[in-house]
Amino acid sequence: MIINHPLLGPRDASEFVVLGDASLIDRPNRKSETAARDFYEYQYLRNNPAGEHRELWFHEQGDRSWLVVTRNTLTHKITHVELAREFARSQGRSK
Amino acid sequence: MNSTRLSSGGLIDRTQPINFTFDGKAYRGLEGDTLASALIANGVKLVGRSFKYHRPRGIMSAGSEEPNALVEIHKGESCEPNTRATMIKLFEGLDARSQNSWPNLKFDIMAPLDRMAPFLTAGFYYKTFMWPAAFWEKLYEPFIRRSAGLGSLAKTPDPDQYDNGFLHCDVLVIGAGAAGLMAAVTAGRSGAQVIIADEDFKMGGRLLNETHTIDNDHGIYWVSKSVAELGTMPNVRMMPRTTVFGALDHGTYGAVQTHSDAIAVSGPRQTNWRIFAKRTILAAGAVERPIAFANNDRPGIMLAGAVRAYANRFGALTGKKIALLANNDSALRTIEDLTAAGAETHLIDTRTGSHIVDVKGTNSVRAVVLNSGEKINVDCVAVSGGWNPNVHLTCHKRGRPVWSDELSCFLPNPDDLSADMKVAGAANGRFSTHGALQDGARLAIDAVSALGFDSKKQSLPQAEDSPPNIHAFWFVEGKKRAWVDFQNDVTTKDIKLAHQEGFISVEHLKRYTTLSMATDQGKLSNVVGMAVMADATGKTIAETGTTIFRPPYTPVSIGALAGPHQGKDFKPTRLTPSHQYAAENGATFVETGYWKRAQWIARPGEQGWRDSVDREVLMTRNSVGICDVTTLGKIDVQGTDAGKFLNFVYANTFSTLKVGKCRYGLMLREDGMAMDDGTTARLSENHYVMTTTTANAVSVFRHLEFCRQCLKPDMDVHLISVTEQWAQYAVAGPNARKLLQHIVDPEFDISNSAFPYMACGEITVCKGTRARLFRLSFSGELAYEISVPARYGDSLITALMDAGKKYDVIPYGTEALGVMRIEKGHAAGNELNGQTTAKHLGLGKMISKKKDCIGNVLSERESLNLEDGLELVGFKPVNKSEKLLNGAHFIGIDDDANAETDQGYMSSVCYSPMLKSYIGLGFIKSGSRRKGEIVQAIDLLRGSNVEVEIVSPHFFDPDGGRLRV
Repeated sequence: MIINHPLLGPRDASEFVVLGDASLIDRPNRKSETAARDFYEYQYLRNNPAGEHRELWFHEQGDRSWLVVTRNTLTHKITHVELAREFARSQGRSK
Repeated sequence: MNSTRLSSGGLIDRTQPINFTFDGKAYRGLEGDTLASALIANGVKLVGRSFKYHRPRGIMSAGSEEPNALVEIHKGESCEPNTRATMIKLFEGLDARSQNSWPNLKFDIMAPLDRMAPFLTAGFYYKTFMWPAAFWEKLYEPFIRRSAGLGSLAKTPDPDQYDNGFLHCDVLVIGAGAAGLMAAVTAGRSGAQVIIADEDFKMGGRLLNETHTIDNDHGIYWVSKSVAELGTMPNVRMMPRTTVFGALDHGTYGAVQTHSDAIAVSGPRQTNWRIFAKRTILAAGAVERPIAFANNDRPGIMLAGAVRAYANRFGALTGKKIALLANNDSALRTIEDLTAAGAETHLIDTRTGSHIVDVKGTNSVRAVVLNSGEKINVDCVAVSGGWNPNVHLTCHKRGRPVWSDELSCFLPNPDDLSADMKVAGAANGRFSTHGALQDGARLAIDAVSALGFDSKKQSLPQAEDSPPNIHAFWFVEGKKRAWVDFQNDVTTKDIKLAHQEGFISVEHLKRYTTLSMATDQGKLSNVVGMAVMADATGKTIAETGTTIFRPPYTPVSIGALAGPHQGKDFKPTRLTPSHQYAAENGATFVETGYWKRAQWIARPGEQGWRDSVDREVLMTRNSVGICDVTTLGKIDVQGTDAGKFLNFVYANTFSTLKVGKCRYGLMLREDGMAMDDGTTARLSENHYVMTTTTANAVSVFRHLEFCRQCLKPDMDVHLISVTEQWAQYAVAGPNARKLLQHIVDPEFDISNSAFPYMACGEITVCKGTRARLFRLSFSGELAYEISVPARYGDSLITALMDAGKKYDVIPYGTEALGVMRIEKGHAAGNELNGQTTAKHLGLGKMISKKKDCIGNVLSERESLNLEDGLELVGFKPVNKSEKLLNGAHFIGIDDDANAETDQGYMSSVCYSPMLKSYIGLGFIKSGSRRKGEIVQAIDLLRGSNVEVEIVSPHFFDPDGGRLRV
């Protein structure tokens, strides 16, 4: 597989380590009333779609960027790659 | 010897003989031969025994689809089993041997198995060797393995070299027949970077095997001309003997190139290439398929295209009297070519209602019997049931081929193909030479134009364009066995029986009968098998379905996949800065991850490791010892939010840590389990240095980057691993400070008041060398960790040992380190095992409730906070002389040992030279409230049962007085 790194261009998948579902970015707020439930779902429940899937990949043998890769799990077609940091900001994460 | 070699013709060099042996007998072949063609030229018909019935078998094909002629080549450690004789380029001194026969090929002791065939039907093993279960391992399995194995493996490492390589191109052309060569020449002329790969050692594909004309000349002239032109193009890389075995994602292909079949040659025997191609033209051609009729596996029965290949390309006759059984026009050329070569030929055309009902002869064909009752004496039968396009590579990414009634074959499904792959020529069902040339040219122009290269339309060479005129004919009904899968001995009867027994899905059928599951992966058998199945179910082939092809296209040796990544090139060794010192002083090393760490450092006269370890502990506790702790992960954390960041990733608080101080930190996983621990020092306001355990250095760093980039994207904090940049030594023992005062430059006061327990600072040593000093103790002694830039590590250990002579300083290894930490009750990897929480470890109070941190919410789950949860405590044997075992389970003193009475487990044990007995750390229910209680520590596997007393985990110096002096 080839991942088109937003900073470094196309890179072979062997340079990366995959973590899985990018929903791991959506870490719940511990002060919420439903925090216990929210964290349980965050930690253990994942969608496993046959089709488009946002995934976290770490460029461990490269610049150590975490990337959010949108990949079709049926065809392995990669439609979008962005820096996880940018994506996290777009999801409202900050400090 | 009955040579069948023609006096002229063929792509062989009659002036260059090559000597080889087959089953110990010497033969002579010619330059240009394969092992198979050389055997045929020498009149050898019998080349192997079949897998299940041990039937005599001969060469059937002239390509990689060969199911029968599998041989072992080379001897000893280089022995290579299951090599297809059709794919070995003959070389001087080749030693090839037949497989699956004993004592020899002609008198195989297992041959009577064939007469037991009525009992050996599909599912025989499943049905027969069911019981008694105890017989399986001792009796059935060894017997089945002995009778059913193919070649034998060398049991020592392969001494030859293999390589891996990477290639990039604009256009990859797979196959160098008419379509592939045309495509490569067309694409090459445009200036695009082209790779053309073919599994044969000669480019030309079927044109080498046929007598077709191109531009009114023999086809091989066009081949030579094209190959010569490609050779002049610097932008074209020609790769003969290269099998593209897998179509991977995003235009990546796996290809294995054989440089030499011979062994002990200079350079690698094979290279496993990863090819990155912008566009691919698959021109892999087609494979002819057999027809199933009674005894159709007898030596001398071959594919019609192979009979022509041996005559036309290798100048070798497969028989003097040849019958042709065919259902299509392409095979009729066999009559023409073989008559011209001097053989007598008989046409049996199924389209006129004629077919073969039986074959006479065992070790070779003697005659065929037709449905008319006529018997024809022949010594070879050429069979053609039509051609199967090589669609394999179109299936590797989930493509499913579609059935064409008109062509009687499966074609690539254009809807399934990724945009970067197109299929040309016979692989796409365009069987004529003209069709192949046209496809090759057209698809090459499409590919290079799409990539922005300038390509002009060129005139096509003139070639035949005859339709295949095929009329499907798959098998002859009859009572005798007719083979479908030659390599796995599957007959039409087996398939029908499987159907009767309810195996309706093709996928189940394959697994039950083993149809197409041999090393040839059903290249010949798959479609015929489906046709038999379709007939049994009364469905069409299209309704019966298709099976999916997976990589590799042909078997790939593990050596080629591994390439140079063997031994130390697979698993490198990391050496600590004091490695040389330790090695020179009698150290025994232990591998932890890739590191080699000194485990103990023996002195002359010591009998076994315990002597050394006990001494190291006692001398350290009595005076001073030094241990290399460089392998611990070190992560530099800087930024205005560094403290906040550490608060988030550690369970305890770090923003309040004063500059110049260290603190123990416990890191949790998000699920609340302990992940790692270590100490972190604050060197300045915005600069911390974290240590991790040796084992988790990489995963902790990855986790921290995840937290930083994905969860806290706006924190001003930066991380870098400095594990390899700093050499670090623990200096421990009552004389540690005195020793260090000789090393640390005098302007730095390291007295207890100026540099107390848990202090840290940047200093210089040995007159100006930059260093860092941390007053940390894992051993429980007055201790420091001192680090210098890694390049000074070797000098520093020497300097420390020299300075320490007057204190009897010793180096100590990881065993003594482990003993001292168990004596102190410190948790390590055995305790942080992924199943324990801070609470289990007795560190529950460390989790700050005031701040958000990874793992704090889920660590509060009820099941992790049970009243009678596991707690880390110490254990001592009641009888001081008894030995404790790591992994033993704790059982109440009066209970039987079983899962219900299990109360916990021992995680770490050692012999304590200070307490003069074994001691252990372990987890037991409500441990902290049960001190003084006696339980059994039981290890059923090793047959040990020791009564132990529950004690505090702090065996030695429990109030920590020695740390703070």
